[in-house]
Amino acid sequence: MSHLIRWQRPSFPSWSPLNRLSSLRSEIDRLFENPLAELSHASRLLSGWSPSLDVQEDKDNFYVQAELPGMRKEEIELTLHDGSLSISGERKADQKYEEAEVYRAERFVGRFQRTVALPTPVAADKVKAQYKDGILTVTLPKSEEAKPKQIEVKVG
Amino acid sequence: MKTTVQQETSNQSLTQEFEAPEVNIFETKDGYVLEAEMPGVSKEGLEITLEGNEITLVGHRNHETPPGTSLFRERRPADYKRVFELDPAIDTSKVSARIEQGILTLTLPKSEEVKPRKISVE
Repeated sequence: MSHLIRWQRPSFPSWSPLNRLSSLRSEIDRLFENPLAELSHASRLLSGWSPSLDVQEDKDNFYVQAELPGMRKEEIELTLHDGSLSISGERKADQKYEEAEVYRAERFVGRFQRTVALPTPVAADKVKAQYKDGILTVTLPKSEEAKPKQIEVKVG
Repeated sequence: MKTTVQQETSNQSLTQEFEAPEVNIFETKDGYVLEAEMPGVSKEGLEITLEGNEITLVGHRNHETPPGTSLFRERRPADYKRVFELDPAIDTSKVSARIEQGILTLTLPKSEEVKPRKISVE
């Protein structure tokens, strides 16, 4: 009997009616903490989502890292065409929560594509990709002709 | 009132830069499920703390950068952090978490007394 709490239907998504004001305040704080991140959320409505990329280069390879959490590796499509690497796929909503009530749905769902033009040719048959902790790392070995070589200078 | 002030100062005393992960929150009759996107975070990098009715999710990234020089950089190096207030109906002793491919899934079951139950009429 001591555990009976008057049942109140929340009128907007919040964890507890008593803390409405502090959760609103922390939302506003969040907005000011990181204004650029919120802008990218808004621009997503117009341009869609694409994974953030980093590209590194050493004398033998290019390394492309893309942030792609929550995919299965079979669902990630990688193609190399004309010296450009394309990363695409579809992020799907989790079927098991279809019946549930949704309080927040910030995670992007849908198709995405991102293309990176590589400055020098790569050996397409030697490209490797690894997907770990939601990060896709693609290693693209430079083709032999493209690698920097020492040119011997002969005198005489 | 005092509690509200304490929460705010604990958030603002950080000097390290954090990024808030994107989340999905669902409610079913059994409880809540929260999914947070934290790419680059594995089980070892997760810190989840429960204090009173607040849960703090922190994800430390594995800073594994490939060799060489950077040609193009978009990914932010910040770790992830986000704080949530919990519905009092949640049984905090039964909260569980798992992380897979950068997605943290937090399961927060409601305590038995709070679940909808049919009451039979004598």
